[in-house]
Amino acid sequence: MMGKELMHFHVNGEDREFAAPPNRLLLDALREDLGLTGTKRGCDDSSCGCCAVLIDGVPTLSCAALAASCEGSEITTVEGLGVAGALDPAQEGWVERAGAQCGFCTPGFLITTVALLRRNPNPSLDEIRDALSSNLCRCTGYMQIYESVKYAIEKHQKEAQQAAGAPAVR
Amino acid sequence: MPMTDARTKIVGLGKYTDDLHVPGMLIGRILHSPHAHARIVSIDTSRADALPGVHGIATGKDAPTPYGILPIGHDECVFAVDKARYVGDNVAAVAATSAEIAEQALDLIHVEYEPLHTWFDPEESMQAESDWIHESRPHNIEKEYHHSFGDPEAGFTEADFVAEQRYVAGEVNHAAMEPHATLAIWEPDDRLTVYSSTQVPYYLHRTISEVCAMPMNRIRVIKPLIGSGFGGKSEVIPIEVAATVLAKKTKRPVKITYTREEVFYAHRGRPRTIVDLKMGITREGKIAAVQARVVQDGGAYCGFGPVTVLYSGALLGAIYDVPAVRYDGYRVLTNKPACGAMRGHGTVNVRFAFESMLDELACKAGLDPAEVRRKNLLMAPCVTVNGLRVTSYGLPECVEKVVERSGWKEKRGRLPYGKGIGIACSHYVSGAANPIIRSNMPHTTVNIKIDRDAAVTVYSGASDIGQGSDTMQVQIVAEVLGIRPGRVKLVSADTELTPIDLGSYSSRVTFMVGNACIDAAKKIREQIFSAAAKKFACEPDEIECADEMVYKRSDARIRASFDDAVAMAMEFHGALVAQGIYSPPEDARGGKFKGAGVGPSPSYSYSAQVAEVTVDPDTGHVRVDKIVAAHDCGKALNPLAVEGQVIGSVYMGFGQAMQEEMIWEGARLMNPSLLEYRIPTTLENPEIECIIVESNDPEGPFGAKEAGEGSLAATIPAIANAIYDAIGVRLNTVPFSREAVLEALEKKAGSATQTGNGGNGASAETKPVSRRVERRS
Repeated sequence: MMGKELMHFHVNGEDREFAAPPNRLLLDALREDLGLTGTKRGCDDSSCGCCAVLIDGVPTLSCAALAASCEGSEITTVEGLGVAGALDPAQEGWVERAGAQCGFCTPGFLITTVALLRRNPNPSLDEIRDALSSNLCRCTGYMQIYESVKYAIEKHQKEAQQAAGAPAVR
Repeated sequence: MPMTDARTKIVGLGKYTDDLHVPGMLIGRILHSPHAHARIVSIDTSRADALPGVHGIATGKDAPTPYGILPIGHDECVFAVDKARYVGDNVAAVAATSAEIAEQALDLIHVEYEPLHTWFDPEESMQAESDWIHESRPHNIEKEYHHSFGDPEAGFTEADFVAEQRYVAGEVNHAAMEPHATLAIWEPDDRLTVYSSTQVPYYLHRTISEVCAMPMNRIRVIKPLIGSGFGGKSEVIPIEVAATVLAKKTKRPVKITYTREEVFYAHRGRPRTIVDLKMGITREGKIAAVQARVVQDGGAYCGFGPVTVLYSGALLGAIYDVPAVRYDGYRVLTNKPACGAMRGHGTVNVRFAFESMLDELACKAGLDPAEVRRKNLLMAPCVTVNGLRVTSYGLPECVEKVVERSGWKEKRGRLPYGKGIGIACSHYVSGAANPIIRSNMPHTTVNIKIDRDAAVTVYSGASDIGQGSDTMQVQIVAEVLGIRPGRVKLVSADTELTPIDLGSYSSRVTFMVGNACIDAAKKIREQIFSAAAKKFACEPDEIECADEMVYKRSDARIRASFDDAVAMAMEFHGALVAQGIYSPPEDARGGKFKGAGVGPSPSYSYSAQVAEVTVDPDTGHVRVDKIVAAHDCGKALNPLAVEGQVIGSVYMGFGQAMQEEMIWEGARLMNPSLLEYRIPTTLENPEIECIIVESNDPEGPFGAKEAGEGSLAATIPAIANAIYDAIGVRLNTVPFSREAVLEALEKKAGSATQTGNGGNGASAETKPVSRRVERRS
């Protein structure tokens, strides 16, 4: 058995410490050591995208990253995207447009979508399809996922308009 | 209406079985057979037992009671007792303090095998004279059925056009995103609590009771959130029993989660199916007779096998007005993982064959394939030739809608070479009218409680597996009681709290549990109305409810809030409780012949689809550009959810049509991973448009029928027929690979000089023969 080392994570805005062997996968560290079970394991070969998290803003498969290599990075899991009352527009889109059926792939899709919309706030359908192509969903046939992303885009735009319009109103 | 559990899922707080963790929990791992068919001579676990951290090892002798989903098919033990019957068969399991230790322990278990003759090809297997996979199943035939309705011989004589063809559909897996997981907890008072990714807590409950020799009343089965099922979690899966046996043995909580590879070997998916089909139609396009011989490669255990092969026969012709049907169905055992129920159970592969051949015959007769489908419609209400009662039939409108929406009339036969359009139809049951385990018990029971806070709690055994059944029940109860859905809380799928429901399979939940919800809600409403009637000085039948109010119909000013009305009722009854049930009517339960029990349903859904494709004759690549699917769900209780179900079904049909297949080299599966078993991504998936058709079934809850399965089967033949329209060749093997396309083009070019252009109506006449015929590797 490999000995454990103390690891320091900055995850979802909080400092967390845990002991784990140096070969611990980020996915296992999140799920087993930190209790962040929102991140899912759907395969064993980095093919499903259910385990995607943001590492310093970049969507990354946590089953293909060593926990030890993430020390000092800002990690965001689905639990860190938004909470009830302060959801990310992508999360709201997934509720309103039925992006989630069983919900198992949802955390990975949300992570990828949030990263996409930060990089490109107004993607075309082809750009959405490209960006989401490494996330698998077996329930929806993706059509309602595209609708969910579109909902998020519109919500972002509305918020931006409100923010831009706010000083004039005042 | 958004799903009631969506807000939990999108913040990552929803708990699926593998997310559960309890103090003292051990991790289990399963040892699988490396042999496809081998006698187990001995198992030595002593070295594994001695490994620090190992708390228990279970083998066949710990749980020798055979079980199976069908009463006639109790042929599997959780761990092989006498012999292993496929690569991946379960031989032993270890519970240890960590997954790593459990895996190390598996390496230390020594099993001596004596390899036996193996059977992989079903047509060879069914000729076997010895070395049978199960001694009780001679010639490796699990079950065969021979049905004949009407006068097929006369039909074929009368027909002007007759076709005969072999169709083969490859084996596919559900590939639900959540790998199966079970957490079994041995409680201090010698009870078992089992959390499991099951579509049917009731069957799991029964099976654990039998295998562990414990009364059901000492076992509690709970279904947490499920990462979808599609049938793959509908029969008891070895992992569920293995975790339970280990928990009982170690007296500790044990969790086992499958790897993705294990999911493929546990399987229970759609079997590879050979369909030898013969069909005759008249010059006018009326189907005169249909005859099918179906061989299903069922794998090593019975599972749902006989049901699958019966569905294939029962639903073969029942979508249309077919006067004569002959069916010979064989479920054959082979040394591969057991097949089982998968979305569109039993109908998908025969529908592919049927709809492809109907298209071919229409073209032969020079008729429009959409028109031919219109010529063969049933006149509901009616009973089909094989005894299925049809109460509502939205297929005419489905065909009309997809023809109109797709521009069928402008496009068919008129698109440039390489582009094509195809139509096909499908249907499915809204639940099985006869339960798997025969009994007179209602198929479902729903309880409702309303207490002093006027919160409405529904207790239902139905399993939400992502299809939205929880939301459906909340909606129905809220509708009957005239309250906001947010006031209704649902407790579901916990055998200690919720009454028996037969589970989430065969698309039964909306129809059956929905009706039970109406029944329960009406009964509890009667209690409220009778109390309100006393206050309002009128009769209960003069009272109505809506918008959180209870009021007198003739004068809505005489009213009370729902909260106040509940308080009035509680003065008479205490806390309000009511129970609703559903049993299919007698006349929906089918005929009396052997095998008549499978196929009958209280109601059927219908679908028509038009697919458009672009085929590159140089590479054989087929791109599906768009699919328009019209689905008759009776009444869309939740259009958002119905659309999701229909589009998801079409997506899964597209995957089977174009790219999914479990590929075997003898005993070994060559693609047991999501990297190699390629379910469609956003890049391959076509645009799918759903049109909802509402036929308002007279017995459905508010007229509703199923929406989650019926559309799948039409997708494959719609694509096949579109490929024909595009390049003039018929593909009879699923999936439609590039190689198959090129091979078919090559064959066509070879015969083109002798037979003209195939004589296939408009499309063949307006299109040139393929430019290139040589096959590329």
